[in-house]
Amino acid sequence: MTIGLEHYLIVSAILFTIGVFGIFMNRRNIIIILMSIELILLAVNINFVAFSTHLHNVQGQVMAMFVLTVAAAEAAVGLAILVTFFRNRGDIEVDDASMMKG
Amino acid sequence: MLAIAFYILAAVTVVSGALVITARNPVHSVLFLILAFFSAAGLFVLMGAEFLAMLLVVVYVGAVAVLFLFVVMMLDVDFTKLRQGFANYLPIGMVVGILLLIELIMISSAVAQRGAAAGKSPQVYGAEMSNIEAIGRVLYTDYVYVFQAAGLVLLVAMIGAIVLTLQHRTYVKRQDIHTQVTRRRKDAVAIVKVKTGEGIKE
Repeated sequence: MTIGLEHYLIVSAILFTIGVFGIFMNRRNIIIILMSIELILLAVNINFVAFSTHLHNVQGQVMAMFVLTVAAAEAAVGLAILVTFFRNRGDIEVDDASMMKG
Repeated sequence: MLAIAFYILAAVTVVSGALVITARNPVHSVLFLILAFFSAAGLFVLMGAEFLAMLLVVVYVGAVAVLFLFVVMMLDVDFTKLRQGFANYLPIGMVVGILLLIELIMISSAVAQRGAAAGKSPQVYGAEMSNIEAIGRVLYTDYVYVFQAAGLVLLVAMIGAIVLTLQHRTYVKRQDIHTQVTRRRKDAVAIVKVKTGEGIKE
């Protein structure tokens, strides 16, 4: 039984779906939403690396590194916004976050 | 042997990913996120991408997950209240999730069987060129501007996070170097002629 490209792609597809599902399920809890986004980006990274190694081309891994960079920056800024939001409102319920009346 | 390792790592990744979004306690969610990233790093090693695996462990487990853990523990939030809408969104979430999963698996199996990468085995890095050397050769030549842009993204994120969370408390006395240095004698000292026996008033 050999493990091919398809196996890795299916793991990545399941992980991506779990991330999207998590965003749907935890609409109120923004911390879980941020973690779901991290899961989605991890699935994207697995896809990049799987194609990179199976096509024998290292550029996919370079792209995965950039995805990692953006994900780290996004997590930092997202959590900073979350802390500020908590400081202003006293809780982190985002279901009715309508202060800006947008 | 490789197949056993793959199945164990894949199962741990998927199960801990599912537990991230279903765990009742957000601290447990963060810990399962760490586990998911760790086993995904194992998958990267199986594919031959050692450098990215190490990067994933260092950046995610070492920095991002700890950042999440800090925030979860720092915010005093009633997390049971936040879970109330869980059942409301379950049907539509299930429908969307299952459709997405079927589509993704169909596309990936089609690509894996008939695409450019069909039937190829993962690249094996030998003694003449390691994985990290191969990445470095591409990253610092073809992608050098993108690399700089990535650094800029991190800088902007760092400044943004500091600006967002910094708070100026007015009741704290701070040292102001400029006023200290520009202070002159006439601002601080006054010579007053005092008549004998009368004292001075303010």
